[in-house]
Amino acid sequence: MSSVKIELRKDQVDKIRQIAKTFKNDPGELINVLHKCQGEFGYLPAEVQEVVADELKMSVAKVYGVVTFYSFFSMIPTGRYPISICTGTACYVRGAEKVLAEFKKQLNIEVGTSSPDGKFSLSCLRCVGACGLAPVVLVGDKTFGRVSPDGVKDILKEFEEM
Amino acid sequence: MSKYKMHLLVCGGTGCRASASDAIVENLKKELNNQGLDESVQVIMTGCFGFCEKGPIVKVVPDNTFYTEVKPSDAKDLVEEHIIKGRKVERLLYKDPVKKVTVSDEEGMSFYKKQLRIALRNCGFINPENIEEYIARDGYMAIGQILSENTPEEVIEIIKASGLRGRGGAGFPTGLKWQLTRQTKSDQKYVVCNADEGDPGAFMDRSILEGDPHSVLEAMAICGYSIGADTGLIYIRAEYPLAISRLLTAIGQAREFGLLGKNILGSGFDFDIELKYGAGAFVCGEETALIHSMEGKRGEPSLKPPFPSVEGYLKKPTNVNNVETLANIPAIILKGHKWFSSIGTEKSKGTKVFALAGKINNVGLIEVPMGTTLREVIYEIGGGIKDGKKFKAVQTGGPSGGCLTEAHLDVPIDYENLLAAGSMMGSGGMIIMDEDNCMVSIAKYFLDFSVEESCGKCSPCRIGNKRLYELLDRITQGKAEFDDLARLKNLSEVIKDTSLCGLGQSSPNPVLSTLQYFREEYEAHIIDHKCPAGECKALMVYSILEEHCVGCTACARACPVGAISGERKLVHSIDQSICIKCGACFDKCKFDAVLVQ
Ligand SMILES: Cc1cc2nc3c(=O)[nH]c(=O)nc-3n(C[C@H](O)[C@H](O)[C@H](O)COP(=O)(O)O)c2cc1C
Ligand code: SF4
Repeated sequence: MSSVKIELRKDQVDKIRQIAKTFKNDPGELINVLHKCQGEFGYLPAEVQEVVADELKMSVAKVYGVVTFYSFFSMIPTGRYPISICTGTACYVRGAEKVLAEFKKQLNIEVGTSSPDGKFSLSCLRCVGACGLAPVVLVGDKTFGRVSPDGVKDILKEFEEM
Repeated sequence: MSKYKMHLLVCGGTGCRASASDAIVENLKKELNNQGLDESVQVIMTGCFGFCEKGPIVKVVPDNTFYTEVKPSDAKDLVEEHIIKGRKVERLLYKDPVKKVTVSDEEGMSFYKKQLRIALRNCGFINPENIEEYIARDGYMAIGQILSENTPEEVIEIIKASGLRGRGGAGFPTGLKWQLTRQTKSDQKYVVCNADEGDPGAFMDRSILEGDPHSVLEAMAICGYSIGADTGLIYIRAEYPLAISRLLTAIGQAREFGLLGKNILGSGFDFDIELKYGAGAFVCGEETALIHSMEGKRGEPSLKPPFPSVEGYLKKPTNVNNVETLANIPAIILKGHKWFSSIGTEKSKGTKVFALAGKINNVGLIEVPMGTTLREVIYEIGGGIKDGKKFKAVQTGGPSGGCLTEAHLDVPIDYENLLAAGSMMGSGGMIIMDEDNCMVSIAKYFLDFSVEESCGKCSPCRIGNKRLYELLDRITQGKAEFDDLARLKNLSEVIKDTSLCGLGQSSPNPVLSTLQYFREEYEAHIIDHKCPAGECKALMVYSILEEHCVGCTACARACPVGAISGERKLVHSIDQSICIKCGACFDKCKFDAVLVQ
């Protein structure tokens, strides 16, 4: 998986140390530590993983292994308005694929990447539990239900103006 | 609840919140305030009512009026008409699509008639963020009763006699599991609630946690007492923020009331509960993988035995139960095992919650007695197929299950019958498909899921599923040969027989069942290069109907690859060797002159 090279500031390193400390630097709490770090940074670049590994006294490879195992953890930054398209079965049978294709076309980006201006990023998720509204699209915390390919433009417009 | 004369129950499930039920609550409160009624009418945000298709739902108690598809702007009418003038707001009542009459309460709605709510007994009735409302509906009575009257062995006997089986998929007898964990000697044991629910298209467990978190906490304490554990852990997906926040609130309140923590109800029994977060990996729903994930590791399954009941979390005996399994426990203790075992079929007792979704009129969360037929679920509760289309298949059991057809509609739903029909109960996802769904594509969809979610530990699953996916992909592209059907079947069987965990052992099921029941559809793709449902893009041919074409040039301008030629005002044509089948011409044509075959 590719990752963006970044330089962590001292206060950022301290923040990670502090998070690790609240979990008593226990390697068994790795997943919880990563959740908190992702909450702080928005994603988990290699540099953050290195500090986490150091704090929990485990190898970077172990941390990397866990980060890449779970789909919730991301090593690339998300856009300011992360777009998630539900591809759970209920949404799939009601046409989520076509909605996804339309988002890709409109934004001209692939799943798992962001638009060049950093405004939008595109990802898929499996079932948000609002199957009555299928197909469902999330933009940040906002849920859009019964989305059709034709409706994609309007959704994007709502955020482009912000 | 007594000081109020009336209650407005507003659904706070994920689906309804996505349709602004928060704003409905806010507006109702504001209107009541304006009218000086906030002292006598209470607005409560409850868990899921189940009828997600018609959400957001608002129910008025005590007259039981059931309003559907309510918008925040309807708050004024609800207060001024219903509450002040005592007149029902007709336009928000449910209209029965068959009988064409308005129905004002749940009893009159075919969606609810055949349901029996045990696990969901409190969802939609109580405010899940208020422990007193749970207690008012006999909450924490069961734990109180067993702590004062029963030995742990007696509790296990009650659960065994009830016939309750695990709702997480495998259907293992719950009482027996408790007994096995009790029998293992250890200084420390754990109760784990499996709230991973990774099955795409299923939202039963989350609805229980969001709508009635205390019932799960109480059940975990009962389990802890029975097996001799003082610690409970709930493994929940981080993608369920609402369920997490309600659980945390509930745990805090239970501690305050002395129903969790040290010396519960003065009995000397200690029990407390913590949350552990998942991070989006389907295989972590498998109990050994789940345990590894709770330990902070990659969630890879391990070989059983040892079973978790012998060696689980931190190598200690661990009892893993599903959310819905647990939600049944307090009801069984209070109403007795005889009551519970009187419901259902010979080998499957009680009820099952299903998340009904897909091409069906009434998408929602339902709970029916075991033994209800698929036909009753789809046509009576579910209200039939959407847009008057023809029913084609029902998929149960999620990625591990199979597709059943018209011929199975009268099968009474239980563990054995679904298995015999080539599917399985699974955790309760039930997806309905109509004539427009291509069964090869459905199988491919599930395989895509299994490939992505395979943990990669064993090769039949890691490599085999990928090959299965490629074979299916070839078929949907029209590039497969006839022998591929035999290859699909053989490979499926090898994967099932040789994979390490339940994921690989069941991932070929969608292929095998569609191959068995929809073989002609596979053959149509391979031999005729046609997708009968019209879903497989690569097999579609776009052409222009001469009689309809007016030569407006709209299609030629829309085509991204320049495959369409023709002069203005003359009939156009599509060069099949250039066409990429994107469908842009079809979408653009205003004269229905583009034909898709
Ligand atoms: C791939 C796979 C995924 C599973 N996912 C879940 C799940 O999401 N929730 C669940 O309760 N059980 C799941 N199970 C079943 C668990 O392994 C286990 O049987 C269950 O939690 C036991 O609880 P029960 O006896 O109350 O059903 C899964 C099993 C497999 C093989
Ligand atoms: S069957 Fe699949 S998910 Fe299960 S252990 Fe093997 S590779 Fe992992």
